[in-house]
Amino acid sequence: MDLALKPDHQTFADEIRAFTRGNLSPATKAKTFSGKHYDRDDHVHWQKALGRQGWLAYTWPKKYGGPGFDVTQRFLFENVLAEEGAPRIIPFGVKMVGPVIYTFGTDEQKERFLPGIRTSKVSWCQGYSEPGAGSDLANLRTRAVREGDHYVVNGQKTWTSFAHWADWIFCLVRTDPAAKPQEGISFLLIDMKTPGVTVRPITMLDGAHHVNDVFFDNVKVPVTNRIGKEGEGWTCAKFLLANERLGIAEVPASKRGVRSLRDIAQVEPLNGGRLADDPAFAAQIADIDLQVQALEMSELRVLSTMAMGGAPGPEVSTLKIRGSEIQQRIAELAMEAVGEYAQPYQPGMLFQDTNETPVGLDHAPPAAPRYFNFRKTSIYGGSNEIQKNIVSKMVLGL
Amino acid sequence: MDLAFTADEQKFAADVRAFVRANLAPDIRDKVKNGKHLIRDDYMRWQQALGRQGWLVYTWPKKHGGPGFTPAQRYIFENVCAEEYAPGIIPFGTKMVGPVIYTFGTDEQKTKFLPAIRESTVWWCQGYSEPGSGSDLASLRTRAERRGDHYVVNGSKTWNTMGHWADWIFCLVRTDPKAKPQEGISFLLIDMKTPGITVKPIIMMDGGHEVNEVFFDNVEVPVANLVGKENGGWTCAKFLLANERLGIAAVPQSKRGVEALKGIARAEHEDGKPLIENQAFAEKIADLEIQVTALEYTELRVLSQMAHGGQPGPEVSGLKIRGSEIQQRITELTMEAVGEYAAPYLPSLVWHGSNEEPVGPAYAHQAAPRYFNTRKTTIYGGSNEIQKGIISKMVLGL
Amino acid sequence: MDLSLSDEQKQLQEAAERFVRDKYPFDSRRKIAATDRGWLPENWAQMAELGWLGMAFSEEDGGYGGGPIETMIVMEQFGKGLVLEPFVPTVVLGGGMIGRAGSKAQKEALLAPMIEGKKQFAFAWLERQSRYNLADVSLKATKEGNGWSLSGHKGVVYNAPVADNIIVLARTAGAGREQKGLTLFVVDGKAKGITRRDYPTQDAFRASELTFDKVSVGADALLGKVDEGFAVVEEAVDRTIVALCAEATGCMDAINAATLEYIKTRKQFGVPIGKFQVLQHRMVDCFTNAQEARSMTLMATLKIDDKDPIVRAKAASGAKVQIGKSGKFCGQSAVQMHGGMGVTDELSVSHYFKRLTMIDLMFGNQQHHLTRYSNLAMAA
Ligand SMILES: Cc1cc2nc3c(=O)[nH]c(=O)nc-3n(C[C@H](O)[C@H](O)[C@H](O)COP(=O)(O)OP(=O)(O)OC[C@H]3O[C@@H](n4cnc5c(N)ncnc54)[C@H](O)[C@@H]3O)c2cc1C
Ligand SMILES: Cc1cc2nc3c(=O)[nH]c(=O)nc-3n(C[C@H](O)[C@H](O)[C@H](O)COP(=O)(O)OP(=O)(O)OC[C@H]3O[C@@H](n4cnc5c(N)ncnc54)[C@H](O)[C@@H]3O)c2cc1C
Repeated sequence: MDLALKPDHQTFADEIRAFTRGNLSPATKAKTFSGKHYDRDDHVHWQKALGRQGWLAYTWPKKYGGPGFDVTQRFLFENVLAEEGAPRIIPFGVKMVGPVIYTFGTDEQKERFLPGIRTSKVSWCQGYSEPGAGSDLANLRTRAVREGDHYVVNGQKTWTSFAHWADWIFCLVRTDPAAKPQEGISFLLIDMKTPGVTVRPITMLDGAHHVNDVFFDNVKVPVTNRIGKEGEGWTCAKFLLANERLGIAEVPASKRGVRSLRDIAQVEPLNGGRLADDPAFAAQIADIDLQVQALEMSELRVLSTMAMGGAPGPEVSTLKIRGSEIQQRIAELAMEAVGEYAQPYQPGMLFQDTNETPVGLDHAPPAAPRYFNFRKTSIYGGSNEIQKNIVSKMVLGL
Repeated sequence: MDLAFTADEQKFAADVRAFVRANLAPDIRDKVKNGKHLIRDDYMRWQQALGRQGWLVYTWPKKHGGPGFTPAQRYIFENVCAEEYAPGIIPFGTKMVGPVIYTFGTDEQKTKFLPAIRESTVWWCQGYSEPGSGSDLASLRTRAERRGDHYVVNGSKTWNTMGHWADWIFCLVRTDPKAKPQEGISFLLIDMKTPGITVKPIIMMDGGHEVNEVFFDNVEVPVANLVGKENGGWTCAKFLLANERLGIAAVPQSKRGVEALKGIARAEHEDGKPLIENQAFAEKIADLEIQVTALEYTELRVLSQMAHGGQPGPEVSGLKIRGSEIQQRITELTMEAVGEYAAPYLPSLVWHGSNEEPVGPAYAHQAAPRYFNTRKTTIYGGSNEIQKGIISKMVLGL
Repeated sequence: MDLSLSDEQKQLQEAAERFVRDKYPFDSRRKIAATDRGWLPENWAQMAELGWLGMAFSEEDGGYGGGPIETMIVMEQFGKGLVLEPFVPTVVLGGGMIGRAGSKAQKEALLAPMIEGKKQFAFAWLERQSRYNLADVSLKATKEGNGWSLSGHKGVVYNAPVADNIIVLARTAGAGREQKGLTLFVVDGKAKGITRRDYPTQDAFRASELTFDKVSVGADALLGKVDEGFAVVEEAVDRTIVALCAEATGCMDAINAATLEYIKTRKQFGVPIGKFQVLQHRMVDCFTNAQEARSMTLMATLKIDDKDPIVRAKAASGAKVQIGKSGKFCGQSAVQMHGGMGVTDELSVSHYFKRLTMIDLMFGNQQHHLTRYSNLAMAA
């Protein structure tokens, strides 16, 4: 057991830091620290830079064009990026569909799709949830009927994050309505430009537009776009969900969040002094700081098992649960820090590059919207109730 | 709407106070004030004094020998008694079996049993729970077989509070094992001196003896001791549980508990200052006091409805939940206030009122045992999970 | 002791329920929020007609002799409908302070038309550095001939965009956070030297940042006594807190009802999600929280007229702590139990959640009031 970094890991971290400082646009970085929303270009520019360096698909093995980082390097990579204010890598290509394709896809599919993901030339979105299939994903009803060498897809996906920015969508569709729910599902890759695909925005409670409904009206999809066998999409889906849970803890971003909470407390006024001098508020920051540290150690323990060749088990669900609660708490404390000045709603300051000056301090405009928006973290990626059910069943045997 | 008491009510409060001051023995008052354990004789002396005044069965209607208090008088009576450090009235006779007897019993039973309850000459205990029947009470298996003019009872009851002090026990027994679980149960009154009854102590985690197992080995009980109809016992049981939930919130005791906690926080020191000047600790007490106030006003709202002819509904389960949590929190904060001096375990002081010199301040040795012991409040009287189940079903219709 | 409503109060409650049912279905509210003004003059006129603008004022002042209970009754219904008309800044705060500290002339000039629905107010106390300290005021009022000249900044002033008069808390003596030396002025909303930056709040109300640049007012602008404004403000704010608590109980009832309905109808895994025990117990906790909030609001409403300012302050702070705690619990739970639907703009739940969140941080959040309560309660 050893927490200290080896010298070559230190060199590695320095290299990542230098690269980020050289390649991350200052405007994007500023958005991270002021809590503004990124636009598509912020993500794509940064991801392309990473792609050119061969680092975008940092979790992939060398065989598929990944950098082949060991677990310590992965950990450092994620942390340094977060510290330097890089936007999080949009997971749909790199962390979701990419691994599904290299694990279950044909050679042809690998050649066709993996390069676009590694370089961020192609943006992906995830078409799993439907109005009637949220927690109960296997209840999905979007139908794909085989007609010769293509499928005809009809139905609706919902909550699709960034569908309005995406070039492609990966979908779970029902190919056999007569089979048991999990057995009649297939995994399809669909070009968003195909006729019959419509995207309709869903406005979130803070006014943001991240998620969408996606409608399919007789959409023709070549059979060659199916990953794995017909009727075996559930295997891909489960594989992907397990991958999703690990990164979703967002420990590096939460560490950054705690640091900025402390910064905010230094500048927010209180009775002629600073909020940081208020023992009650300081204690709340200390408490969340400790929660982040506990979560980080739990994640490191999982990584360490993986380094020894073990696979992460269903207990990673607890990382998702605690990770989401922590993100929510940080957002809540940031709003409390702002006090009465959390009340003005300034969409211009959140979603656009305006020259408007904020009402209140710079960190004030996003404080309440972020708190509202972050309620999503205990809902998406499998709600926390569902995660607890998984732990209860798979780990505790209840 | 009005919070003020009428002149009559104010006079009543003064009368109750004068009575308690004149009739509560100083040694008993001292024990209650200092959180010491009471013995059977302490309870009996106080309850008999109340009995002579006609106030012991303060919730009973006039018709059955109660004082016929209005809801406001009840509230005043409970609060003044608690403020004056009177012991809590043991509920098994006065609040549980008494009302069952005057509601479901025969005239003969009323004449035989009610006077002794009103005067506290007989000590009752409750025989509901069994080893296999806790939350799921209706699964009880203690068997009563009819033989001529008596029943023969076999089985065991458990968790009988103060069963070792009791003269009589009221029991739920199974008279028809073939009927549906709720339909084969009867309500029997059993003299604890009947041959075949054995009482075995259960020692609690604080080392105290307050609960027992009671074994029945061919115990003969006259049929005249059956309350209500044979196999109609569940009706009595439900009636009694609803009565039990209202008083269990123990608001007056909790108000007294918060005051005692403040006293300890004034006596304890930290960094050369009274603990109560520690902002963080003071705020914990404040938070608790607000919780007690909220509970008190919820109870007052129920009482006010009752004064206007309404009946308390299943929502009073909420009072039990919050009341028990608050009781636990008081003991927890008291232990926190005592700090390291909560560690010494001095059973002879806690249990036998010995003259041994306490280690640390006089209140210290009680703190941890009380905290441990009070974990019971969320379990007994129907656990809090069961209470939530009741509200969910009966109030919310889920 | 009696905690039931009188017949007249029951009628008031029914009228307020009817108003919310007619004027504030969720879709209508969305439309009202999207108008420039953010509320409807016709609704304001109706409130005047129903007597709500004057109900809490003495008959002597042209009101109808009600009090905090009447305010509680309507505010609770306003909470259920998320009503947007500026009742709190105009009637509870502005009207309240004029009623308590105003001269006969001021009452005639300001209160009487307010009760008729013809004048609206805003109350400007907060500054950038104030956080929740009502005395942390640096906007200066200096003597200028017979009158005064006001200079400085005020923030998050509700209803300032349309208010006929702004009641300004200014420093006339002392410095920093001294309570002595604060004075209230009634300033014309359109007075020369006031610059406004208007904006919506998170929960769709309208407020402004105000800059005062040598704004001249006459001697008659003085509300109450020079240097003695703080006590008036503190009392008015405590009363406002109690009104906001009543509004929050209405929000909680509504958000709980909506969530209960949702979990009874939303099906996953072939059953209504309300069949899952975790959600059942969480729903019970929501109802218990709302009950406690209601109890504390009632307590504070009945104690806010107490002559002892400590009793009054403890009651208001105690209720605000409860409302903060319960509001957060009910709000967050409702969103969670709605799943993805909860975080959209589409259903009413997220709007109740936002309002509950903002109520917590108006005039001091849960932590602030816990500290205040604690300081008052431990002193005894
Ligand atoms: C911001 C956001 C982005 C998203 N992005 C995507 C995306 O890109 N692609 C995609 O496919 N999906 C996406 N989702 C959808 C997300 O995966 C679903 O919202 C989630 O699975 C929950 O489903 P639901 O919203 O239908 O809630 P429901 O399943 O209706 O759940 C409602 C409530 O019931 C609870 N519940 C349900 N079942 C149980 C049970 N068995 N036991 C106990 N409690 C239960 C839930 O925990 C929740 O509290 C996104 C969601 C959000 C909010
Ligand atoms: C100090 C003390 C004094 C007592 N005095 C008496 C007395 O005088 N007379 C008497 O008859 N009884 C008495 N009891 C018994 C008391 O009523 C039972 O302990 C209680 O009903 C719980 O039963 P159990 O202990 O068997 O726990 P269980 O029923 O085994 O419960 C264990 C846990 O499971 C939970 N649980 C059970 N069912 C459900 C469900 N459906 N949903 C969710 N959670 C559930 C419970 O809440 C609890 O947390 C006393 C108990 C104590 C601790």
